Amino acid sequence: MGEEFRNEYNILGRPVAKKDGWLKVSGQAEYADDIFLPGMLHGKLLRSPHPHARILHTDISKAAALPGVRAIVTGKDFPGIKYGNLPQTRDYLPLAIDRVRYIGEEVAAVAAIDEDTAEEALDLIQVEYEPLPAVFDPVEAMQPEAPQLHEHAAGNISGHSAFHFGDVEVGFANSDYIREDIFETQPLKHGMLEPHACVGTWDNTGKITLRTCKMSPYVVWRQLAMGLGIEPGRIRVIQSFVGGAFSGGKQEAMPMDFCAVLLAKKTGRPVKFVHTMDEVLTIGHMRHPMRIWLRTGVKTDGTFQAQHCKVTANGGAYSSIGQFSMYLGGAMLNLPYRLPNIKYEAQRVYTNNGFCGALRGHTIPQICYARDSQLDTIAEHLGLDPIEIRHRNAIQPGDTTSNGFRITTFGFDECLDRVAEASGWRKKRGNLPKYRGIGVGCGSLISGARLMGHSASAAEVRIQEDGSVQLTTGSTDVGQGADTVLSMIAAEVLGVEVDDVRFQRVDTDITPVDPGTFGSRVTFWTGNAVKRAAEDARGQLAQLAAQKLGVDAQDLVFRNRQVFSQKDQQRCVSVKELVRWGEFHLGQVITGRGAYAAGEELINFRTGFGNISPAYTPSACVVEVEVDPGTGHVTITGIWGADDSGFPLNPLAVKGQVLGSTVMHIGQALYEDLIRIEGKVMNPSLRDYKMPLSTDMPKLADVAHINVITWEPSGPFGAKEAGEGAGTGVLAAVANAVYDAIGVRLKRLPMSPDRIFFALKQRQNELSMQESSSIDAK
Amino acid sequence: MNGLLPMSLRVNGERHDILAPPWRTLLEALREIIGLTGTKRSCQEGQCGTCTVLIDGKAVNSCLYLAVEAQGKDITTIEGVGKEHLHQIQKSFVQKGGVQCGFCTPGLILATKSLLDDTPEPSEDQIREAIVGHLCRCTGYIQIVEAIQDAAREMARQGSRSDG
Repeated sequence: MGEEFRNEYNILGRPVAKKDGWLKVSGQAEYADDIFLPGMLHGKLLRSPHPHARILHTDISKAAALPGVRAIVTGKDFPGIKYGNLPQTRDYLPLAIDRVRYIGEEVAAVAAIDEDTAEEALDLIQVEYEPLPAVFDPVEAMQPEAPQLHEHAAGNISGHSAFHFGDVEVGFANSDYIREDIFETQPLKHGMLEPHACVGTWDNTGKITLRTCKMSPYVVWRQLAMGLGIEPGRIRVIQSFVGGAFSGGKQEAMPMDFCAVLLAKKTGRPVKFVHTMDEVLTIGHMRHPMRIWLRTGVKTDGTFQAQHCKVTANGGAYSSIGQFSMYLGGAMLNLPYRLPNIKYEAQRVYTNNGFCGALRGHTIPQICYARDSQLDTIAEHLGLDPIEIRHRNAIQPGDTTSNGFRITTFGFDECLDRVAEASGWRKKRGNLPKYRGIGVGCGSLISGARLMGHSASAAEVRIQEDGSVQLTTGSTDVGQGADTVLSMIAAEVLGVEVDDVRFQRVDTDITPVDPGTFGSRVTFWTGNAVKRAAEDARGQLAQLAAQKLGVDAQDLVFRNRQVFSQKDQQRCVSVKELVRWGEFHLGQVITGRGAYAAGEELINFRTGFGNISPAYTPSACVVEVEVDPGTGHVTITGIWGADDSGFPLNPLAVKGQVLGSTVMHIGQALYEDLIRIEGKVMNPSLRDYKMPLSTDMPKLADVAHINVITWEPSGPFGAKEAGEGAGTGVLAAVANAVYDAIGVRLKRLPMSPDRIFFALKQRQNELSMQESSSIDAK
Repeated sequence: MNGLLPMSLRVNGERHDILAPPWRTLLEALREIIGLTGTKRSCQEGQCGTCTVLIDGKAVNSCLYLAVEAQGKDITTIEGVGKEHLHQIQKSFVQKGGVQCGFCTPGLILATKSLLDDTPEPSEDQIREAIVGHLCRCTGYIQIVEAIQDAAREMARQGSRSDG
């Protein structure tokens, strides 16, 4: 049946409970820390206390002599090969060899009979350091006299992205109003509750196995091979259940992963590492803090003429995926508003802090925060309603952006209309009591990225003789519901039930290789691959059925675990019977294969031009707040979000993703901040690193998520990205609501009570000074 | 040997005689000695709620509770909930989207059980208060609150049906 008949789906489009939910609610889901292998040892990592130092000498003899210690490794035990993401920015080492660049960097690792002993041994490792001058601020780090972190990066420039499309000078010359602002964002942690964990083994054939809670196990697989200097074929990464990820250390190979396998080699025993929450919050992997300078020119009707954006990102001590982070933020400045002239320059700067990388939305939320905050100040200046000015600039289906994004489906206008309606915008805006406010913010996201390296996904579908379906992909479920939605796609194509499909977690010896789970690519890319794999399997079954039933394969319908001819429904056979018949009499195993590569297009990351994704999602969010002027505390009293995720394949999961992402960004807007003084994290505890709580949420009646349904032709069954994009506009929505409530614009995140309190106080002082001067004048 | 204490713990109605140092937390004893890994280890300082178990019916952070203190008390872990058939709370969490990565889930289910055992018809505010000690990064709490409301409704319906 054609895809246009979407209401005829048996499974897709209906809410389906998460498949692995049954294991998780009963405590049976095995996460990496739940793995206990016979003879297993416990590892701990020694970390640098210095933000920048040379390692002169390391003495492990006392630690090695401690009863219960089985082995110790230092940086020199590894081959000294740098590993990482992009070829030009590989700067990670498994353990530091002769230099440390941030507080918390790993310098040695111990394997002992238990965690207590391993921890005690860390205290006995003597490392002689020669402290070096350190730099923590990116602007200072770019000065000529600043300490240099890496030999290859002159001026501490770790990553750079620049582009210019159209002509901003002409655009500004044509503008009636030009506005310039600087916004600053903070370091944000992923905040997943499961700390990083792994168990490594190294057998005497040289085969290495890492059991671990990774989001992109094949990235880890390649990076382990790179850093160990061996062939990937010797490495097997087995994915456990993943207790939340949101990118970061679960996206890459970490020092603990290298140390687990090397200590396993040295001891002949499995070695387990689990970070403490203190370690999780101290080490790198976080959202880039950014200083965003933004200049925008508009006509009096509010239409954008030109935008110029300069970003300085505090990258920390290592690169992670930072080069790409810089490109992506600027590229996404082209959405969801029409921008004929745009210029972007971003520098990612090395500093002696924990390093930054991807985190749910990557660098897009920061950019959207700046852009959509400034847009409201422009609207205010022009006397335009914030939603109206967004409509006037909204990108439409069929547009091509200045940087070459080709927009297919894009229900942005409808997103704005729907949030305005749901939130009661027209009634509330301008009419709320003092200290209450309402604001809107918008953003966009990609449905997976075309990358320079590995972009394509593959899937395999095997139908067993009981009619059940074994689905293998290289994508992971990290809680977002990939296990369920991919199974739904296979079940829909094959006419079986979701429960008939078993979703295989990634095991690099078994599953198809895959770029990983990031950039909202899984439903779209892997989903398309699963659809094709299931269609392949269905084609094989159809041949068998045609032969067995004596009908034309073209006439066969797959439904309710049966295959029948639509011309004669009496000619019918169950999938199970068909598979057994094929196996028993023909030796034919039904195995379908599918792949998806999103075409041949390439994106030029040097010029910034190209269509990075096959489809884009817009989103709009309205937030209502109440500010306590006595304490500066902000209460979120309502959240209404709308996003165009194409056709939502599993509305229950889409809702969960959208709300989760929204609330995470409320955390960034109001509470969360990794506080660092001279490179030392001052709040490495969930007590002091404040994530949103259940009581921070508005009443259920004041929370709404609206699916604006479009039909994306290149998506699997019309689907696009869902959830990650819905968070991109939230920061600005909160900032704009706070401004509406108190009349002061905060250009720095988080908008914590102290900052709001002092901003209010300053405003009161200014007002009373104005008053007294006007009295004096009389 | 080495200051190990014999302890006897009653977990999910079963007796476990173990040897452990006196500083061993209940969380460590459950996971590492008894082998019940459904109770999750995260912050280990009572901030996140993932390690919640019930002690005599009350929700407790097992990372802040010494194993030795738990002797003579009834300890319920996630493995002790819905042993034969899933408990309604567990069903509601799955069906209403209250589970994503699942790491906070065991603790939340035990906290919910403690709440609904005491307060079968909680208000929305009471539900939020009952789970305020539980961090969840995936869901934004909305679908968890909906799941708990659903569980309360279903339990009331089933209770009245079986009573009547």
